Amino acid sequence: MKPELESTIKALNKAFKIKTSEFCGDVSVHFTADKIVDACRMMRDELEFTLLSTMTAVDLGVDNEPRFNVLYYFTSVTKNLSIGFLVPVSGKNPSLPTVSGIFRNANWRERELWDLFGIKFEGHPDLRRIFMPDEWEGHPLRKDYPLGYEEPQFTFNFEEIDVRKPYAKE
Amino acid sequence: MGVEQKLANMGIVTTTLEEVVNWSRTRALWPMLFGLACCAIEMMAAEGAHYDMSRFGMELMRPSPRQSDLMIVAGRVSQKMAPVVRRLYDQMPEPKWVIAMGDCASCGGVFNNYAIVPGVDEVVPVDVYVAGCPPRPEALVHGILTLYDKIKQEKFKDRA
Amino acid sequence: MTQLEEVTVDQIKHLVSERAVKGETMLLNMGPQHPSTHGVLRLLLELDGETVVNCIPAIGYLHTGIEKNMEARNYAQAEVMTDRLDYLNTVGNNLAYSMAIEKLVELDVPYRAQSIRVILVELQRISSHLIWLGTTGLDVAAMSTFLYCFREREAIMDILEMCSGQRMMTTYIRPGGVWRDVPVEFEAAVRNFIKTFPRRIDEYEALLTRNPLFLDRTLGIGTISAEVAINYGMTGPALRATGVNWDLRKARPYCGYEQYDFEVPTASEGDVYARFMVRMQELRQSLRIVEQALDKMPMGPVRSSNHKFVPPPRSEIGVSMEALIHHFKLWTEGFSAPKGAIYQSVESPRGELGVYLVSDGGPKPYRIHWRTPSFDNLQALPYMAKGLLIADLVAIIGSVDIVLGDVDR
Repeated sequence: MKPELESTIKALNKAFKIKTSEFCGDVSVHFTADKIVDACRMMRDELEFTLLSTMTAVDLGVDNEPRFNVLYYFTSVTKNLSIGFLVPVSGKNPSLPTVSGIFRNANWRERELWDLFGIKFEGHPDLRRIFMPDEWEGHPLRKDYPLGYEEPQFTFNFEEIDVRKPYAKE
Repeated sequence: MGVEQKLANMGIVTTTLEEVVNWSRTRALWPMLFGLACCAIEMMAAEGAHYDMSRFGMELMRPSPRQSDLMIVAGRVSQKMAPVVRRLYDQMPEPKWVIAMGDCASCGGVFNNYAIVPGVDEVVPVDVYVAGCPPRPEALVHGILTLYDKIKQEKFKDRA
Repeated sequence: MTQLEEVTVDQIKHLVSERAVKGETMLLNMGPQHPSTHGVLRLLLELDGETVVNCIPAIGYLHTGIEKNMEARNYAQAEVMTDRLDYLNTVGNNLAYSMAIEKLVELDVPYRAQSIRVILVELQRISSHLIWLGTTGLDVAAMSTFLYCFREREAIMDILEMCSGQRMMTTYIRPGGVWRDVPVEFEAAVRNFIKTFPRRIDEYEALLTRNPLFLDRTLGIGTISAEVAINYGMTGPALRATGVNWDLRKARPYCGYEQYDFEVPTASEGDVYARFMVRMQELRQSLRIVEQALDKMPMGPVRSSNHKFVPPPRSEIGVSMEALIHHFKLWTEGFSAPKGAIYQSVESPRGELGVYLVSDGGPKPYRIHWRTPSFDNLQALPYMAKGLLIADLVAIIGSVDIVLGDVDR
């Protein structure tokens, strides 16, 4: 772990009791849903991590509990450091408090997570679908959602697929 | 044979009405500006000075569907965009033609998933398919010349 | 296929001001098919006459589901899809993906491959800025720049085709190095480009930089301050035009960038003209890097020799049993990566392009997330366009330099 990051980890540990993990040089801090808003505010105001690089989620499987792992990735432009927060979210009624009041680009990132994973964000000003059409059902990036694979048309099955394919009329 | 030769010497050509109408339709097709994704960049390169599309009368891409006759669907069509494509096609006046440029517009291309319509021929009827990912500008020009051949063989009774 | 539906003001009441509900201001749809939106971007404008009161972007018209589709392919097959994300920076996307895999499996990259990577990535940066210049010129009604920029771009496309066989979607940079060595005509072609290009940049600057019409349309338009820009997550030339000196090539050097001498141009006003000047100067700096990389290019292999991840050469398969076994494993199942999650980012012409790769120990990526710069840069558009005219909005969209493949993935 870089020595400059140690002071950040120490400050976070003093405010919230946290666990850290490291893999290939990337440091991740594990949080829970109730402390994430205060932690984000502390990152932006006191610890100079003003850039929220990205926010994404990983679906660990239908049987896993907690099912989703939400990642918040911060970058500090002044100190040239990066750190990630991991927040586990359960599979039944997944929801988190919003951080779009603290970082403005979290607005669309949270809409993306609602659209593709189904994680609700309480307090979000405008939670609608962003990538899929508004009346789409289902959350595509979950592991139990099918890929939507269509069978390729080779010469041996050309006619039977041709009959089924919905060609457009004039 | 004698009469026609004498007329040709005077500078008069005889032909059928269908041939003249088809010939004039090919000589100034106006494409609609419909670049969706990566193929749009190759379409813009085809319009540039190196592979000139202005020699076909197509240097200006009309943004309005009411003023264009050719729709070059260049790029992948997603589920959200499909009804928009259909509505624009319906707004174009007859006679109109569609070129599906690239693999994604012809058959879904590299992608085989929930979000891409596999082939724009599920949304609008297509006349010419141009393959490639993205097709070279010369391939697009070849596709346009194939469309010319197709238009020259059209009959009035097919296009009510 | 979903059907289009009519939307009334009540459904979007929470997004527009009260004047729209009362009917004082007009709601106009700048639809997905429009000459100035650089792709399929849809803007819902709330207008008071010609002034923009509010601007609500609606995206998703190019959503391709790349992230989910890459989960169904193994690592080598999934690289083909990375070209199609930001289709003006295809070589850069391949670089980000290859570097992420190299970080995960701890693969080495030989020095010659790093030099070739830097040359191609910087040429791709020049090509992307040329397209930006051409289309932005078209938006503010300077049509001749469009034709000139595409002429320069043909020279770069010829170089890329010489190396990989494809003009745009090259997939030339692969984990472990590059696909194969550059041909003998490569050096002459790049030197020719380095010789002729600076005069062309002077031509473009003579056309636009001190043109009073261009200055009228761009000075003082679409200003954004540094704190607000960072809060919106902006990176790249749009952030550097507000005064923040943040470039990943200098801050966290990769691929040998620390050995090249170049500057990072910044400006301080944060308006459309500042972004224009930053990108014009980046063209010159990229050319400097290409020249230095070409001079310093060492001889040697161009791909790692760790055949667990890199295919062995065909000549070895007939004589060595190990090479045959490696080839079989790579072509049927693909290599497996250790279990864990990493984040790797590079500097693309638009900003920070990052890859978050989660692996479960198998041959396919379990989850891959692309941090694309245009997604965050576009969120600042409503802030920058408040109170300006529609014509200024068009200039601002051009200056932010978004690519819809990046935004929608």
